[in-house]
Amino acid sequence: MNRNSVLAAAFVGLALATGGVTSAFADPVDDKLVIDGVEMTTKTKAPEGHPFDEVLSGWLFREAETRATEADSFANPGMLAVERGAEIWNAVDGTAGKSCASCHNDAAETMKGIGANYPKWDEASKKPINIELQIDKCRTENMGAEAYKFDAPDQVALATYIKHQSLGVPVKLDLAAGDMQSWWDKGKETYYTRTGQLNFACASCHEASMGKYIRADHLSQGQANGFPTYRFNTGGMVSLHNRFRGCIRDTRAEFPKAFSDELMALEVYVTWRGTGLSVETPAVRQ
Amino acid sequence: MAATPKPRVKVPKTAKAGEVIVLKTLISHEMESGQRKDKEGKVIPRKIINKFTCELNGQLVFSADIDPAISANPYLEFSARVPESGTFKFTWVDDDGSIYTDEQKIEVR
Repeated sequence: MNRNSVLAAAFVGLALATGGVTSAFADPVDDKLVIDGVEMTTKTKAPEGHPFDEVLSGWLFREAETRATEADSFANPGMLAVERGAEIWNAVDGTAGKSCASCHNDAAETMKGIGANYPKWDEASKKPINIELQIDKCRTENMGAEAYKFDAPDQVALATYIKHQSLGVPVKLDLAAGDMQSWWDKGKETYYTRTGQLNFACASCHEASMGKYIRADHLSQGQANGFPTYRFNTGGMVSLHNRFRGCIRDTRAEFPKAFSDELMALEVYVTWRGTGLSVETPAVRQ
Repeated sequence: MAATPKPRVKVPKTAKAGEVIVLKTLISHEMESGQRKDKEGKVIPRKIINKFTCELNGQLVFSADIDPAISANPYLEFSARVPESGTFKFTWVDDDGSIYTDEQKIEVR
């Protein structure tokens, strides 16, 4: 190789590198997600008052292989959690000698669509509660069992199983119930408040930079419709509050406790931002 | 998911003689690579599925040696020609010597 061709090769390298920089914005793919013959809504018109025109599932932002894994319910490793959840559903626990099935019978019928409407207003505690807290409520009040520790594998598996019964059902929250609207307001404030040494709000990545790359990661709208989610990076299920805490930690801020008022308000607001998207639990992400 | 590994397989119930079918397998397993350290800095010992085989009526159809780079809950998909009815036997071999198996019947029409 003579000197000129070395130089030419260097230019080619430079051209490729700049090509990489200019393509830092990549559109989400235009693809259809069909799971077991049911088409999921991965793209829909945003509800009134939403900053985007369209809400998009995180599925559209993932690599082809990751998308294919979610589309095949056999290959989806999150289905292992669903199977484990089904076992828990039928297992007697606590002093009352009851299982979930003792009262709720067949989850395929009684839990269909339920997970799409959480968080829900809880009149007793005067707060919104999510699936995990609803499970704890049932366990402590009706089963005589102990509440789960946050992110106990059984808690995640049971929440996954229950939400999976709503696969394909569009997310819809009842903000008119109780004080839901004020929790939505609080959640919105958190969403737009910059925090941590990096000074990022949720909106910095998932709204202002949606579709761009943060290093190798393609930023999505940060939707909640697929949680609990199977993630390849940990090889396991990740709950929504675990994900919230992970995101906040990455901004180098102190992160609130799981199921704290702050994160429950955020769950209400973030879930609302995905109104109309199908429940994809267990979604598959990177 | 450190619970007992649980195999899952998907095999068509019927096939035509000589037909090439797709077999899908997945086993829940942590696939600890042996490269990681715990909080005290001690190496977490390797524990992976190191071998997988699939037999039809005792005859080897497919096998794979698996190394630590394979991620948790390994999923293997392969195809096979089925000459006759019988039973597929799937075997996963763990580093600790445990063997996990599953069987599925197929009917050739």
